[in-house]
Amino acid sequence: MIEAHQLTKRYGEKTAVDRLDFTVKPGSVTGFLGPNGAGKSTTMRMIVGLDAPTDGSVSVNGRRYAQHSAPLQEVGALLEAKSIHPGRTAFNHLMAQAHTHGIPRRRVDEVIELTGLQSVARKRAGAFSLGMGQRLGIAAALLGDPATIMLDEPVNGLDPEGVRWIRNLLVGLAAEGRTVFVSSHLMSEMALVADHLIVVGRGRLLADTTVEELVRQSGGDTVKVASSDPGRLRELLAAPGVGITGRSGSEELLVTGVTAREIGLKAAEHGIALFELSSRQVSLEEAFMELTRDAVEYHGTTGPGLTGTTDPLAGADPATTSGPLTTTGPDTPGRAA
Amino acid sequence: MTTIAPIQTSGPAAEGRPRPAYRVTGRRVLRAEWAKLWSLRSTWITLGLALLFVVAFGLIASAQYKSRITSGGRMDHDFAAASAVRLSLFGTNFGQLALGVLGVLVTAGEYSTGMIRSTLAAVPKRLPVLWSKAVVYGLVALTVGTAGAFTAFLIGSRIVTGTPAALTISDPGVVRSLLGAGLYLGLVGVIGTALGALLRSVAGGISVLVASLMLIPGLVSLLPTAWQDHIGRYLPSNAGESMFTLHHVANTLTPGTGLLVFLGWTALALAGAAWRLGRTDA
Ligand SMILES: Nc1ncnc2c1ncn2[C@@H]1O[C@H](COP(=O)(O)OP(=O)(O)O)[C@@H](O)[C@H]1O
Ligand SMILES: [Mg+2]
Repeated sequence: MIEAHQLTKRYGEKTAVDRLDFTVKPGSVTGFLGPNGAGKSTTMRMIVGLDAPTDGSVSVNGRRYAQHSAPLQEVGALLEAKSIHPGRTAFNHLMAQAHTHGIPRRRVDEVIELTGLQSVARKRAGAFSLGMGQRLGIAAALLGDPATIMLDEPVNGLDPEGVRWIRNLLVGLAAEGRTVFVSSHLMSEMALVADHLIVVGRGRLLADTTVEELVRQSGGDTVKVASSDPGRLRELLAAPGVGITGRSGSEELLVTGVTAREIGLKAAEHGIALFELSSRQVSLEEAFMELTRDAVEYHGTTGPGLTGTTDPLAGADPATTSGPLTTTGPDTPGRAA
Repeated sequence: MTTIAPIQTSGPAAEGRPRPAYRVTGRRVLRAEWAKLWSLRSTWITLGLALLFVVAFGLIASAQYKSRITSGGRMDHDFAAASAVRLSLFGTNFGQLALGVLGVLVTAGEYSTGMIRSTLAAVPKRLPVLWSKAVVYGLVALTVGTAGAFTAFLIGSRIVTGTPAALTISDPGVVRSLLGAGLYLGLVGVIGTALGALLRSVAGGISVLVASLMLIPGLVSLLPTAWQDHIGRYLPSNAGESMFTLHHVANTLTPGTGLLVFLGWTALALAGAAWRLGRTDA
């Protein structure tokens, strides 16, 4: 359980985190979402006491992180910035961390195995690839067997294999009943693993919601249907809670509030020929864009991570996005599919 | 669609399984810092260099003295009045550089690599990290420095037997001087550690260390003589040197006072480091 109360961090004139209130509840995967520069990393550094809040407070399991007698047992953190001496071997790095808490060597070997580092454990960390470095960071986060794991942009820069590994890890951690708090600037990535979403922009809380809720708020799934008799179909589908749009003279309709399956059945029942029936789930991306539109720090130069999300079809078409998750294309599992 | 195969990270962790009672203690932080020190190659190399400097330069000075005495060559006053202790401790000048630099690396190296974030995540109370680094590295530097001083003297005093500089280990003040030199080098290591933590920069730490041990004494010699006498002897380098000079001369501190003053400088550097570590974001 992580609780932030009016959490604020200012660097000189710049307010990186602005009166944030949120709770990361136990046993869930909470996505911490926001464009670059939204204050996610700063918030996470404050959670583990590396940065001191200018105002407000944040507690972990009821106390400030530093007040715990075994902090690594409360929260395991993978931070965004490098946190490892390149001259030390992976094993020695983990062992040194373990010494501070009296964690036995057995557990060090265990986390090395869990993260698949056996073959490189005796190599200097400076020689590691990005993916291996990330695994070492995660091994360190798991060392104290904490109930809460916090990861800052864990898939940034990883290859598809690495992305996949991290995603499986997050699902595995959640399945064990751990609390997972994971940040990202990509909605597509969060949608796959997170139950809960905390959305920030320019240091402010924009939404504290669930994935389902966010989808619902933004109109849910849209079904595109092209038929021989759009006028008739429109009449048949009309009902409270159903939204239908379509240009007159066009055979296409955009329908919300009804599944593609229901539309297909209805059309068949009334002998209307369908030429196209497709549902698209883009609303999450759109909802995120909508939420954070005003909060994106540098319009027009939002960097590779965000260019993809400006395309409303980003979630559906791998080719249009540059976000790391889309590289897995049709294999992409989870709620968004 | 591929199903996700969850990675098991341990047993049923969060589900009420009795959790091991881990706990951060002062001893454990010491243990961790000890392990961290020895798991870097730079430690072995720099300590080796320090030992080499202390011993080799001491022997070179002794050999130089011996050859000039026997050949009747010209010697400046300083050299002519040297003792075996003074000659064999000539290498402390160079050894202190190596030991001080390694001290800076022990702390500032954590900032340059980012390791400090891991360190402070494990020990968020922070100050135990500084004390542990100072103690662990101070003791290591003390050991290396003392070993170097005794080795240099035991060999160097043989080189100069039969000359006016000759001394044996049992002569009064000799052991005290050699121990003083080891203690001085140990404290230089602690000061390096403190400066690294205070400045959070390897280059900055080394610069200030070199400036305070080597440059400032030179600058002070430009001051009027009356000032020099008042200020000069309290400078870190001069106070430190008093700790291992055999014969107390006018305008310098006694070994005991020298030690106290040098301890004062060390405490000051540590206090600054503690203040910065406790107060500023990592
Ligand atoms: N140490 C720092 N000094 C000054 N400004 C900082 C510092 N750390 C972060 N910032 C600024 O705070 C804002 C939030 O940064 P960050 O927390 O890294 O955002 P995010 O992780 O969401 O991309 C950015 O504008 C960044 O430039
Ligand atoms: Mg960040």
